[in-house]
Amino acid sequence: MTEHSHLSDMELRVRSLESLLTDKGLVDPAALDAIVDTYENKVGPRNGARVVARAWVDGDYKQWLLRDATAAINSLGYVSTQGADIVVLENTDAVHNLTVCTLCSCYPWAVLGLPPAWYKSFPYRARAVKDPRGVLAEFGQILDDDVEVRVWDSTAEVRYLVLPQRPAGTDGLNEDELAGLVTRNSMIGTERLAGD
Amino acid sequence: MTSAAGSTCGPTPSELPSLPRDEDGPVFQEPWEAQAFAMTVWLHEKGHFTWPEWAECLSREITAAQGTGDPDLGDTYYLHWLKALEGLVAEKGLLTSADLAKRKTAWDRAAHATPHGQPIILPPDA
Repeated sequence: MTEHSHLSDMELRVRSLESLLTDKGLVDPAALDAIVDTYENKVGPRNGARVVARAWVDGDYKQWLLRDATAAINSLGYVSTQGADIVVLENTDAVHNLTVCTLCSCYPWAVLGLPPAWYKSFPYRARAVKDPRGVLAEFGQILDDDVEVRVWDSTAEVRYLVLPQRPAGTDGLNEDELAGLVTRNSMIGTERLAGD
Repeated sequence: MTSAAGSTCGPTPSELPSLPRDEDGPVFQEPWEAQAFAMTVWLHEKGHFTWPEWAECLSREITAAQGTGDPDLGDTYYLHWLKALEGLVAEKGLLTSADLAKRKTAWDRAAHATPHGQPIILPPDA
């Protein structure tokens, strides 16, 4: 007897949605493949790192970014297709910003790609608000008591991107080299860059 | 904005579960997750629903799953996503739940009729 194929419950449900929507002309399988390719290969935290590095080297750009992040980020070619506005939060010696989406997992896809599993998890969503210093400690980030931690809860309309402080001792680096120092977590706020 | 420093509401930190951690691994764990994601992005781009409508639908599914015991560690995220998408396409009148159930049975039959390793094709009368 030849062994037959098996599709999991989720595979069956997704195939059902896709084939019915395709039959009705509501989706185009080739377009779906292009979307997956974009999110797997083309958008990611490197986009956000370029935004941060530009802000570090160009004071005018930084002011624009803090005033109207959506426009300043669009100017670099990174555009949200979800229609959400982005707000950039500047870390300073006195303030550390941490972002979360307590309800679901809103996230600035255009600049950070899709979120890591922990960002989507209930423990992070719950604890980022109730115990931000504890969460930061689990990420290895111990902040001085005099640093204020601000927690920002994303929505479908507004997403946040943290602007980390430029690390000390990087005066000689160019924009590309600086972008290489910017991590995904530093733009979510669960990491402070060396010297940040 | 929530300035959470000094907050005393809710459970104390020690009662809360620990955070799942990951490396910068693959975005999707399995291909069906990517397909469900892409269909949602596409239908939104084509104006079938707004992103706030989608976010509300998704957060409702996540909350419902927690109510039935899902520890919700991020690995079941696309299960909630898929359920939210099924609900929203029905709510928006793009497909009916009956259509979906019938098509699911057809795909299951097609899989069983296909030798392992061969592409699974839906019969034209499905």
